[in-house]
Amino acid sequence: MALATRTDRRPSTTRTIWDSSVGKKSVMAVSGLVMLGYLVVHMLGNLKIFFGADEFNGYAHWLRTLGSPFLHHEWALWIVRVGLLAAVVAHAVSAYQLSRRDIRARPVKYAHKRRRASYATRTMRWGGVILGLFIVWHLLDLTTLTVNERAWAGHPYENVLSTFSTWYGNTIYIVAMAALGLHVRHGFWSAAQTLGAGSARRDRTLKFLANGLALVLFAGFVSVPVAVMTGVVN
Amino acid sequence: MKLTLRVWRQRGADAPGHMASYEVDGISEDMSFLEMLDTLNEDLILRGEDPVAFDHDCREGICGACSLVINGDAHGPERTTTCQLHMRSFDDGDTIDVEPWRAAAFPVVKDLVVDRGSFDRIIQAGGYITAPTGAAPEAHATAVPKADADFAFEHAECIGCGACVAACPNGSAMLFTSAKVNHLNVLPQGSPERETRVLDMVARMDEEGFGGCTLTGECATACPKGIPLPSIAAMNKEWLRAVRKGPR
Repeated sequence: MALATRTDRRPSTTRTIWDSSVGKKSVMAVSGLVMLGYLVVHMLGNLKIFFGADEFNGYAHWLRTLGSPFLHHEWALWIVRVGLLAAVVAHAVSAYQLSRRDIRARPVKYAHKRRRASYATRTMRWGGVILGLFIVWHLLDLTTLTVNERAWAGHPYENVLSTFSTWYGNTIYIVAMAALGLHVRHGFWSAAQTLGAGSARRDRTLKFLANGLALVLFAGFVSVPVAVMTGVVN
Repeated sequence: MKLTLRVWRQRGADAPGHMASYEVDGISEDMSFLEMLDTLNEDLILRGEDPVAFDHDCREGICGACSLVINGDAHGPERTTTCQLHMRSFDDGDTIDVEPWRAAAFPVVKDLVVDRGSFDRIIQAGGYITAPTGAAPEAHATAVPKADADFAFEHAECIGCGACVAACPNGSAMLFTSAKVNHLNVLPQGSPERETRVLDMVARMDEEGFGGCTLTGECATACPKGIPLPSIAAMNKEWLRAVRKGPR
């Protein structure tokens, strides 16, 4: 007997990726890596605060002239912002849909409870929510200056000092950065697995990279509020 | 040994269930966990009660029929199947919780028996090769590199018991599906369906209502056959490759 020839049409590549749990995870992995790349650059930029107000404010001004004369004032910044917004939305929507699927897959819980997974793994979902809320706060604080007490447009150095002179500014920031470290620790390694880069041989390297990135990002970002609090930056 | 068992009892698929307590006495530490349950059932039958239904077949650790989540661990505290778990792993006077695999894709049939038909349907979606019929081919006609043969064999060890799904906090079948996909995709015999196999099996896995993978690692820890966690990454790679190339 001859095998039946497949006559049904395969859905488009985009459809296949978005409809599959494996595909949606690859969307999460890529959008996560985009945001991670941005964070490394952002953190390095933040460290300029240790070299004085002129250097920090000059750097902030330079970001607005990036790409000129080809790009108009602030265009480069807006291109980055649109890209990041797309990454955040793709990451969050995929995470929400995948989490819904995961919860539906175990309708009846076990009576004998025990801890499953490491702390970083278990806190991925709520840690992600915390980071989402922090991004909103962070933009209101230092981009739109809505909630910033100093709110001096064009002078980020002074605004950052004002944020980290309040107890809530410091608390929100440090808690969010701890969440970020944990999120990156499991997220980076997971992204590598999802994109097929993981193997038994490479596992140690990938885990080392994930922990290293998490630690460097946490230390780099948190060094700013710590420096303001201890008076190193004033 | 004298033990207290708290066992999930459920009369049928749609009936409500509960954890029931039983005392068992005269248990030898050389008994397997299933023999201990046999002792309980003999007792229940003599008392005129309904014996506890549980899945079992070869009792040699190779068929994948037995299941049971014991004190929250799929197949119990040792890395083996429940039939090969011995009572010496427990202490006299212990209270042991016995529950069925919990997953939407593994509905309870009765007591501790679940329907694992969803695994069969994942296999039907692509867990086969298009074998030529007729006389057996000459053994050396198709050369398989040693590394590939080892990789295929490591994944062929999967007995499809479902412990990975039971242990996963998301009720995901990624470890099972990856074992089956990797086993055949690496071999020349499996290469004609290399792309369709991974696409169809993953699609079927999603349709059956299994959760997604969050790389928790619980599956590989619970697997009695030691299917490693990197299998999942290997399948993800195959899936992305198939999406890029498009099925033939």
